[in-house]
Amino acid sequence: MYELFENLGSWLVSGDQWSGTDGIAHRLAEHLQYSLLATLVAAAIALPVGLLIGHTGRGAFLAINLASFGRALPTVGLVVLVFLASGLSMWPVYIALVALAVPSIVTNTYAGMNAVDADVKDAARGQGMRGHQVLLQVELPLALPLIMTGLRLALIQVVATATIAAYVSFGGLGRYVFDGLAQRDLVQVLGGAVLVAVVAVVLDLALSALQRVLFRHRPA
Amino acid sequence: MTIYRPGKGHLMIQFDTVHKRFPNGTTAVHDLSLEMPEGGVTVLVGSSGCGKTTTLRMINRMVEPTSGTIRVGGKDVLEQDAAELRRSIGYVIQQSGLFPHRTVLDNIATVPLLLGWGRRKARSRAAELLETVGLNADAGKRYPHQLSGGQQQRVGVARALAADPPVLLMDEPFGAVDPVVRTQLQDELLRLQKELSKTIVFVTHDIDEAVRLGDQIAVFRTGGHLVQCAAPAELLARPADDFVADFLGAERGLKLLSLTTLADVPQAAAPQDGPWTLVLDEARKPQAWRSRSKDAEVPLRPLKDGDSLLSALNESVTSPAGLVARVDGEGRLTGVTSREDIHEHAGRAHSAAGAATGAGVAA
Repeated sequence: MYELFENLGSWLVSGDQWSGTDGIAHRLAEHLQYSLLATLVAAAIALPVGLLIGHTGRGAFLAINLASFGRALPTVGLVVLVFLASGLSMWPVYIALVALAVPSIVTNTYAGMNAVDADVKDAARGQGMRGHQVLLQVELPLALPLIMTGLRLALIQVVATATIAAYVSFGGLGRYVFDGLAQRDLVQVLGGAVLVAVVAVVLDLALSALQRVLFRHRPA
Repeated sequence: MTIYRPGKGHLMIQFDTVHKRFPNGTTAVHDLSLEMPEGGVTVLVGSSGCGKTTTLRMINRMVEPTSGTIRVGGKDVLEQDAAELRRSIGYVIQQSGLFPHRTVLDNIATVPLLLGWGRRKARSRAAELLETVGLNADAGKRYPHQLSGGQQQRVGVARALAADPPVLLMDEPFGAVDPVVRTQLQDELLRLQKELSKTIVFVTHDIDEAVRLGDQIAVFRTGGHLVQCAAPAELLARPADDFVADFLGAERGLKLLSLTTLADVPQAAAPQDGPWTLVLDEARKPQAWRSRSKDAEVPLRPLKDGDSLLSALNESVTSPAGLVARVDGEGRLTGVTSREDIHEHAGRAHSAAGAATGAGVAA
């Protein structure tokens, strides 16, 4: 057991392992690229939906239930399904990752909008703000902390799940996990897993810190 | 946009058979006709669910009437753009409704910014208003949650006044602050109103607040019926029916006394001997009542001409001599008034207000 960790340690820090197209640096860049792109696309879909149902108060039941359904979808199953339907491309991966990210963003955005004090919204309208002014100047800024939490959760989930790109022969840190499994190389499997976990945790901490700085004036 | 400004004595707000029925079938306001004069404070009172808040909110179209017409400055509110109408009417609500993500200064500048004044001009106007409502300049840089409840309400009032609207709607603005702060805020509002002469519509369920602030008081009954609308003294002296009388409470006779000042009550020279004499300082300011045997001194509260008959009555009851010490503007003794004189005058004040239904004063 000790030997395994020693090997894992030298695998993670060896210079050879970090360079080249199969190196950690390159795989990490791929992994982050998949994750960020998928989260961005998910945000582009989910934010307007969450803001709209939060602002109008309509369609919340449907949207929240769809989001729960989306959460229950098995990601690997979705990849395989789209892969079978569309053939070998990054599409199955991106579709699965976006489907994974959308629910967290929709539900948190809606929750943030829903939590805006009714008196504050009433006052905004009563001062003479139009619908879009209430949304952009009052509701959105007040919902922003929860919206950012949704984005952060989505990004972490996507980072943790983007290993599936390697399952359909693409890159990312999942490469080590799947190659390691195929080659019965336990050190490589563990190395990939550890890297994914570290990236997820680091992103989570960094974004939490950013949130604390951005919203330092907010009441607790 | 131009604001219609008629001269003093004109009607600023008119309700003409206004009816509001909500989609769930409840009638909030029942065929209301009511007029609110320019520069006056109209207080809407009644227990919860009587339609007073709905009435207020129909003025700036936060609620749309089912039928009937509401005119502000002679113009039908339904014929105006709702957002522009609201910018031309100040609006203060109970929990202040301040924007928690904006500084106090930016909160106050809300309507000027919506009107396109530009940030610099809006901010300097906001800074001016901070002072008007009695807040320090450095409060402007703070966020609403860093202020006390009373300070938040002041900011709420400043925000409503920012674009100098002729009409101010206040929905239980002092309902959530403690009694001491509430009294301060009421004093401040009366002081502001003396300077600004806005047409104010004020909703409360506190009859004492209504009597203090109102030029006219409209009493509502559950189901949205207006029962009586009258000046405070007339309302207290002649409640239209048992409902209004009950609402005004058993002490309504005393409340009426709070509206009459001591000025007309005669005074006599202070007693030089007798069981109790006045202790004065070098400036002839009354300090206490002293008993003949000099073994007891009872503190007193000297009264000025502007104090109410109610406070005089209170002081006469607590005074061991049965006398109230009267002072001038500088606090120097001018004379004393007896409990009997105050009682008699109280009775007369009540009849003067037209008390045909009998006084509520317990002698």
